[in-house]
Amino acid sequence: MKTEILDSVEQKSLKSKIPHFEIGDTVDVHCKIQEGNKTRTQIFTGTVIARKGRGINESFTVRRIVNDEGVERNFPLHSPFVVDIKPVRSGKTRRAKLYYLRQRSGKSVRLSERRSEHTSA
Amino acid sequence: MMILGKKIGMTQVYDNDGRIVPVTVIQAGPCTVMQVKTTETDGYEAVQMGIDNVKKSRQIKSQIGHASKANDVPKKFVREFRFEGSPGEYKQGDKVTVEVLAEAKHVDVVGTSKGKGYAGVMKRHGFGGFPGSHGTERKHRAGGSIGSHASDRGHGGNVKKGKRMSGHMGNVRVTSKNHALVSIDAEKNLLIVKGSVPGPAGGYVMVKESKV
Repeated sequence: MKTEILDSVEQKSLKSKIPHFEIGDTVDVHCKIQEGNKTRTQIFTGTVIARKGRGINESFTVRRIVNDEGVERNFPLHSPFVVDIKPVRSGKTRRAKLYYLRQRSGKSVRLSERRSEHTSA
Repeated sequence: MMILGKKIGMTQVYDNDGRIVPVTVIQAGPCTVMQVKTTETDGYEAVQMGIDNVKKSRQIKSQIGHASKANDVPKKFVREFRFEGSPGEYKQGDKVTVEVLAEAKHVDVVGTSKGKGYAGVMKRHGFGGFPGSHGTERKHRAGGSIGSHASDRGHGGNVKKGKRMSGHMGNVRVTSKNHALVSIDAEKNLLIVKGSVPGPAGGYVMVKESKV
């Protein structure tokens, strides 16, 4: 009963539709950025290495390499600042968390491609 | 404006700016006005409210008699609020719902804090304790000296009144003020307030509109 009530409160803040994406996917995350009065959309592209949490607490981590330096960003899945998530390419994985990619560099960072319906479009 | 309620628990919501806000959900009302106290009859002005019915087998005659004056059954949680506002605003037997707080921006919440049992001075009063090493022995979390021979100016070494020591912590009435009222759900009788409020989930609380 209690959690039902809490769920109903959270429900209003949840997004109704979340694009399907999986661990290992390369995704374009469209995020809204506010600069003074102007808002613009920035795209952060990288590999989804983790997805964790439940309900409104759910978040995912995207990793990419910029100038030979690993960059990771955590996005709250239901944040209004995350406008859109577009899966570009699926990667073959055997784990739910790809933290081992942090120890790798160069060619070994790559995940072999897997044919998947949600990215083939 | 005031109401009684029950703490349901905490969660998060996004506000209009897209920022995450930690909130506590309180199921408030509908309460019954059990009694209206006035200066003539009781010596002070207050309104007594009750929430949640006592089940039939646990009702006692004195409670039944008191509640029958408000045409209701005995309540689990009965509290008085000192009168704020014009007299006559409340009548015995009235029902109070969350809508009384519809125009409130901030609320004060009164509850009973979680009991911590017998707690030492570090937890209870925030004392610093002693170093973990460098020769400290058997008193890492001790409070230090509580007085000396001369601490009472020649009258013997009494410990001063009010000296902070270890003892029972928590399980007392706590008021936490000026919570922003994030939203109200009149259908489900919910108040959603920013931040944490005293007591465990399932504990009863009093909610009042804050004085500006």
